[in-house]
Amino acid sequence: MKILVAVKRVIDYNVQIRVKEDGTGVVTDNVKMSTNPPDDNAIEEAVKIKEAGNATEVVAVTVGEEKAQETVRKALAVGADRGIHVKVDGILEPLAVSKILQKIVDKEKPDLVFMGKQAIDDDCNQTGQMLSALLNWPQATFASKIDVKDNKLEVTREIDEGLETIEINVPAIVTCDLRLNEPRYASLPNIMKAKKKPIEEIAASDLGVDVSPRLEQLKVEEPPKRKAGIKVANVAELVQKLKNEAKVI
Amino acid sequence: MAVLLIAEHNNKELRPFTLNAATAASQINSDVHAVIIGQNSADAAKQLSELPVVKKVLSVEGAHYENFTAENFAPVIVKLAENYSHIVCSANTFGKNLMPRIAAYLDTSQVSDIIKVISPDTFLRPIYAGNAFATIKSNDAKKCVTIRPTSFDPCESTGGSAPIEKFDASEEFSNTKFIKREEIKSDRPELGTARIVVSGGRGMQSGDNFKLITEIADKLGAAIGASRAAVDAGYISNDHQVGQTGKVVVPDLYIAVGISGAIQHLAGMKESKVIVAINKDGEAPIFSVADYGLEADLFEALPQFMEELNKLNTIQK
Repeated sequence: MKILVAVKRVIDYNVQIRVKEDGTGVVTDNVKMSTNPPDDNAIEEAVKIKEAGNATEVVAVTVGEEKAQETVRKALAVGADRGIHVKVDGILEPLAVSKILQKIVDKEKPDLVFMGKQAIDDDCNQTGQMLSALLNWPQATFASKIDVKDNKLEVTREIDEGLETIEINVPAIVTCDLRLNEPRYASLPNIMKAKKKPIEEIAASDLGVDVSPRLEQLKVEEPPKRKAGIKVANVAELVQKLKNEAKVI
Repeated sequence: MAVLLIAEHNNKELRPFTLNAATAASQINSDVHAVIIGQNSADAAKQLSELPVVKKVLSVEGAHYENFTAENFAPVIVKLAENYSHIVCSANTFGKNLMPRIAAYLDTSQVSDIIKVISPDTFLRPIYAGNAFATIKSNDAKKCVTIRPTSFDPCESTGGSAPIEKFDASEEFSNTKFIKREEIKSDRPELGTARIVVSGGRGMQSGDNFKLITEIADKLGAAIGASRAAVDAGYISNDHQVGQTGKVVVPDLYIAVGISGAIQHLAGMKESKVIVAINKDGEAPIFSVADYGLEADLFEALPQFMEELNKLNTIQK
């Protein structure tokens, strides 16, 4: 089996973001960027499946500006075999990204496509499901466990009520939850080796996909701030405040 | 054109967030139709017809709809979509799984997880774990919108009598097979709708220690939440997780115990009306959003909290 894994470059999850004063977005200059965390889980799972002898090749793909290639390089350092960088300027909507990925799937013909369930920047949670619609493939979203069984996958999904298990035939899309696995760190020798692994560069404009925006971001603003609270001295005071001041118990 | 609401249900009854999504739909356009797809779901369809904001119910029945698989649901809704300007459902795991599949078939850019309807084509939604709000205008002819249920009040559930029409089922999608669902049954209120939530984090140190939280939750009639760290450590199951990738809760009272307050956790609870933080680290970020902070060892504070509650003559439920 061949696994294609989509990764996205986002502001690092530990960074407290700042809204631009002109309301056009958030500050990204001189801000630490990383791979979207659940995309790391997607890469890890693909590499584990390959290590277990159930996959022959893991290909990492990203869609984004020049520096987005770092995320592909990182995927190569933890075990992906080769990379694809679809170059595009500016921010694409998930629909456009899924159309680009569809073209990559047409070209690469993977049996599985993995990606994180949601990107932590726009929090859209759409791309995997959209890609599976465009391909008319099965979708296993929010996966916390994957068992490979010949040409099927048994996937445990995290849902609001608990857990759900489904069986999907390949080819299929899986979007990964943070609990799927523990992503490994890249060792220095592997980072060096990854520099020699090939990354194919493709201009999004050469794929013949309409990526024009359908949505307009009119404004980005700070959420309303909570007013500062107080520290209480002990539990008795806390309960008294909740009862008589906040009147919530 | 009217708005199409996708009802979430368990084949017997509506799931509560359908009522919140109905409110959001009615703010886009007062002409709301609702589709219910399931198997033997007539009782839930009747309940849907009784929501006063719903003007017409479309009922689709089939054995392959029993388990709400997105691959089976999406083609039906795509067929129906012809007659509607907007498709709306909740941004919980049901809607998150389903709506993008519909949007892609319709070649529409979805607007996810809105917290406010500004106008029929413009919506407010949180980005970056709620650390910024974006105002988004959709220029697509058909709009697919998921709504954050806790940002909209549930609509009235009785008094309506919308007609129920049957709509044809689509073919079964054979490459996806449902195996099982493990729902965690509890007598406690649902986390998403509870008036009070008591949550534990890594500071709880073990699953056993969550009994300190359970005891207080039972006394207060509260739901139990958890940080991702506590779920990852195996102290408690995933359906309790509050945060950016878990559930978003907006209770009257949120009590965070042994939770440091990572950005990702705050994303799921910082809109709560009153927030209490109990943590022995006075510098923990959770205190920055807390109305009442108690710097204390939770293993001393929780038993005392229980004692103090026991002293009260009455507790609001």
